[in-house]
Amino acid sequence: MIQLRPGLLATTLAALVAVFLLMPLIAVIPVSFTPTRYLSVPDAEWSFRHYETLLAKPEWAAGVWLSIRIGLLASVVATTLGTAFALGIWMLQPRFAGLLLGLALLPMVAPPVVSALVLYFFLITLSQFNNFVAYDTWAGVALAHAVMIAPFAVVLVSVSLAQLDRRVDLAARSMGAGLATRIFRVILPNIRFGLLTAFFLTFVLSWEEIGVTLFITSVDAVTLPRLMWMGLRDNIDPAIAAISVVLIAIVATVILGKTAWQLRQGRKE
Amino acid sequence: MLRSRLLLLGPLLLFLAATYLVPFLGVMQWSVTLPEPGLGQYRAALTDPLVRAVIWRTLRICALVTVISVAAAYVITLLWVRGGPVMRVVVELCILIPFWISVLTRAFGWLALLSNKGILNSWAQSAGMLTEPLTMVRNEFGVVVGMVHFLIPFAVFPLASALRTVDERVLMAARGMGASRARIFWQVFVPMTLPGILGAALLVFVFALGFFVTPALLGGGRSVMVAELIYLRIFQSPDWGLGAAISVILMIGVGGLLAAMMKLKGGMK
Repeated sequence: MIQLRPGLLATTLAALVAVFLLMPLIAVIPVSFTPTRYLSVPDAEWSFRHYETLLAKPEWAAGVWLSIRIGLLASVVATTLGTAFALGIWMLQPRFAGLLLGLALLPMVAPPVVSALVLYFFLITLSQFNNFVAYDTWAGVALAHAVMIAPFAVVLVSVSLAQLDRRVDLAARSMGAGLATRIFRVILPNIRFGLLTAFFLTFVLSWEEIGVTLFITSVDAVTLPRLMWMGLRDNIDPAIAAISVVLIAIVATVILGKTAWQLRQGRKE
Repeated sequence: MLRSRLLLLGPLLLFLAATYLVPFLGVMQWSVTLPEPGLGQYRAALTDPLVRAVIWRTLRICALVTVISVAAAYVITLLWVRGGPVMRVVVELCILIPFWISVLTRAFGWLALLSNKGILNSWAQSAGMLTEPLTMVRNEFGVVVGMVHFLIPFAVFPLASALRTVDERVLMAARGMGASRARIFWQVFVPMTLPGILGAALLVFVFALGFFVTPALLGGGRSVMVAELIYLRIFQSPDWGLGAAISVILMIGVGGLLAAMMKLKGGMK
């Protein structure tokens, strides 16, 4: 159907943009093998010392573990609240749906630095009453992350609900199914992939979160991004290159795997 | 009916009211009470030469970054949407992999490439093209490069949906009437995607305004932007009232831009 393919000029320009997009990711690889303790390019001698640092220094494992715990708790909370809200909008079609959605998406559309200041205010206020869910604690960070990622759960679940045939729910309802049955036996099983996607994506968003985390942590709740930030801010630590290579490898493997899987599925059909 | 409404919509709304809306009011309260009651901080934010310089620089950098990101995204989206089948997969990977990699890793990649002991300077010096390292980070250039790199994928997604809706028959008609390829592109294709271009530009601009991590790392404290200024006023030279006042101004500015975007979208339908 499409007959006008992009010409040579457009292809060349797009290739330049693609190189620009990939360049910094590739640049990290040689730097991670430098034998020196500062940022440099290895010339003769390549070394694994920065990868060894990742394993040897306990703070890296601690950061990874902390980020996983925070990410799991935050994404469970956010996906649960977000799913309930999206179901409410879809099933009940309330009168001020637009206004309610706007409110629910606020942390996503507000500038991150404003959200960071707002959550900083929130957590230091909580700190006056308890020291579990407070400034610079893991539960406090998880709560703040849940606030930031809940809107994404709402959006993702709403998108899968939009693809669901409303008549399925109407059929259940006309046969006398109550609210709980409709939700747990009819609607949720139908959008289970959407729920999984929402859970996974909100986990990744929390795992990577740094803007808000910088405002609400100092020395105790050091997540992996916070640890990387500390290694980048003053003297650049090549251990950051090693951890970056690991993270890039994970992302690239997942995306390549997913693309390969989709291509195979497409060929089967 | 009312009960199910409360059960489904209530939890998230209550959660966000407690964690976001009320603390936001608290931040607003800071802005008019610290260090003394009154609108002094707002007056300071709008008249203080330092703050004004930062706001002006932010607007300038964000405008530049928006133009470059949208242009680059347009070129690569063109290939993604209209290229051959293999090209599509390759381009998709070039967009998705950087998109999923954390902002810290990407900023580090640029430091590895552009800093004085980085890859580009090492190569240029060993090839004899440079005698002194060229300073490309810890200044505005580095900030612009890093922000463009971060924002291109965000411009690609709205552009892709705009480019996909172009009616092929219109292009064929132009072709049939003897228009050259360049003329079809500039006078038929681009005008048809103009709403998408404007939408992407507004989105990128709004995103860029609240940007914190990339400017802080690649600007090296020398080209401070609004978001970093807020951070500095809260944590380094404490002036919570001023930081809060700038946050409120930023929130209002972004709110205004988003409202304009909604209106633009509504007007086009």
